[in-house]
Amino acid sequence: MTLPEGNPEMNSREVTGPVEVTWTPVAADGPIVSPSYDEVTRQRAKEIIARYPQSRSALLPMLHLVQSVEGHVSQEGIRFCAELLDLTTAEVSAVATFYTMYKRTPCGEHLVSVCTNTLCAALGGDDIYARLQARLGTEDRPLGHEETAGEPGTPGSITLEHAECLAACDLAPVIQVNYEYFDNQTVESAEELVDALRRGEKPHPTRGAPLTDLRTVELELAGFHPDLAAVAEGPSIAPETVRGAALADERGWQAPARPAEHPALPPLPEKKS
Amino acid sequence: MTENTDTTGTESRPDPLTPVLTRRWQLDRSWSIDTYERTDGYTALRTALAAHPDQLINLVKDSGLRGRGGAGFPTGMKWSFIPQGPTGAGAKPKYLVINADEGEPGTCKDIPTMMADPHSLIEGCVITSYAIRANFCAIYVRGEALHCIRRLRRAVEEAYAKGYLGRDILGSGFDLDIVVHAGAGAYICGEETALLDSLEGRRGQPRLKPPFPATSGLYASPTVVNNVETIASVPDIVAGGSAWFRTMGTERSPGPKIYSLSGHVERPGQYEAPLGTTLRELLELAGGMKDGIPLKFWTPGGSSTPLFTAEHLDVPLDFEGAAAAGSMLGTTAVQIFNETVSVPWAVMKWTEFYKHESCGKCTPCREGTYWLVQILERMVHGEGTPEDVDTMLDICDNILGRSFCALGDGATSPITSAIKYFRQEFLDLIAAQPAVARPEQLADLTGASA
Repeated sequence: MTLPEGNPEMNSREVTGPVEVTWTPVAADGPIVSPSYDEVTRQRAKEIIARYPQSRSALLPMLHLVQSVEGHVSQEGIRFCAELLDLTTAEVSAVATFYTMYKRTPCGEHLVSVCTNTLCAALGGDDIYARLQARLGTEDRPLGHEETAGEPGTPGSITLEHAECLAACDLAPVIQVNYEYFDNQTVESAEELVDALRRGEKPHPTRGAPLTDLRTVELELAGFHPDLAAVAEGPSIAPETVRGAALADERGWQAPARPAEHPALPPLPEKKS
Repeated sequence: MTENTDTTGTESRPDPLTPVLTRRWQLDRSWSIDTYERTDGYTALRTALAAHPDQLINLVKDSGLRGRGGAGFPTGMKWSFIPQGPTGAGAKPKYLVINADEGEPGTCKDIPTMMADPHSLIEGCVITSYAIRANFCAIYVRGEALHCIRRLRRAVEEAYAKGYLGRDILGSGFDLDIVVHAGAGAYICGEETALLDSLEGRRGQPRLKPPFPATSGLYASPTVVNNVETIASVPDIVAGGSAWFRTMGTERSPGPKIYSLSGHVERPGQYEAPLGTTLRELLELAGGMKDGIPLKFWTPGGSSTPLFTAEHLDVPLDFEGAAAAGSMLGTTAVQIFNETVSVPWAVMKWTEFYKHESCGKCTPCREGTYWLVQILERMVHGEGTPEDVDTMLDICDNILGRSFCALGDGATSPITSAIKYFRQEFLDLIAAQPAVARPEQLADLTGASA
């Protein structure tokens, strides 16, 4: 398994593709990047880049940052990332289109994700999704995947999606709103939840921090938390989470006792050659 | 490792539940550094930093710890593959990358671990990084696990403030920085080389192996990629020793394991028990099948592990036991389905998942999952044909072992195992459907009978 250094195809830092054609702008000179990417956002992008040994690793967090500014990944957002990371817009687009959390059209204030993977679906996830499609759609047309009820970005607007396994199967069926968990849902509770969101209310998730909106959460994913110590609080332990631990307590079961002192570590192996 | 070298002379079985990783989860603000330190947290780190890194690698080898992300590769051996020394690959920087991209359907153990006890993972990361001589560690968390990301970042902040991270950790001269990196929604990034590409800011597509990450991982440098549960186990192994760790589980699959029970069971949840526990035992702990409706099928470790049935209630759920019975231990994501669930429907749903998550890099997986979904959806919606079962097996045969990574292999597991145990259900479903030469005729048929 010792092979020549590196893997030229995947790890090369030099991009050897064709040179991007740069069109001369018709308008007068000005910033390529939209004014919505202000100095604060640029500074944040630079902070992200500084976290990593190599700058390109910052691309995924930077695309989250773009979504915090515009509510989706726009062409301007792609240019912003390309410019700061010295990539082509094609390279950034290739990444942005690969991942489901990057949305190509403007999203609502909230993103409602309904798990419709097998286990959640068997326990009601499919019914929940169908009801929410009808509830958030119009009389003649249910809302489709990644479509928005209300004017995107305005208070109470909701983008709906069906999601793959959200890794809370013991709490099925689950919904996430802006990636906060609402566990053990029913068709009725889910409908009440979206009705409340449409009215501009922010019900507290079963596990997670108090609801904000999608753009705030995208800023958090990029690494900028309004008050990390505060948002890291909040409920996180469902009864299901500690079922085993609680049952062990009840029955007096525990792991075999550890030695009182940390045992001596194994000796160093003899030096080879 | 071939003989029972148990020198303690105790043959007693451990209790049915053995909370080790889950032991702090019920404590008040279990995620805070105060709670963690009050319960022996960061003491293993002091012991580790006083030792030679190779002693830690040997300890983890002796413990028999195997990767908890599904494949079960021996952890200590993986660490020992990292080239060390002043020349060649050993001279490059080394990296530790934590795979916290939990997304295998049914799997829900790492997210509660990171929410309830993030410091166990952070302490494990520091010890592991010291052992492999890494000074940079990235925890790649799936983006949807927002609250875990907050908890981990808070834990990292607390650990820096206490001197457990940063420069000259606890006066040892060892430096480590940890970055908590949010993914962006792609199941394939749970595959270690796709994860590395994603962490490098690319599309998350698997790399051809070899070279393996141990020599050419992140930024083409030596890299260890380990699962959350694996690394969170490390502080306890340092504190308890390998003999203690081996008092749980079996000779070749030692230690405790978080079994995640979900679906048609009375009390679903997380149950930490010694490896080798059976579904019969787990069901007893979880109050049995929901409403007493009998078990039909279940997965031992996520949807990529071939299905089991009621015949397999007594299969020991460890790496060897699950494999000997024709499946895999996977992530011990035990999804339980009762008699009300249609097998072709469940298989269709899983196949839709694999089709959606196939990264598109290799043809067998990209095209195969596409055609499998076409067949299954047509069948479940009333337009099956008698050839469908054989066609699906043929397609699976062209995916299994011919795909770039394990996603393709995993996509065939539900189908081939379902046909193995429930072939008649597929045939009955098709037989009950009107015979149509072309699917579009169905609309006419149903229209005529209305």
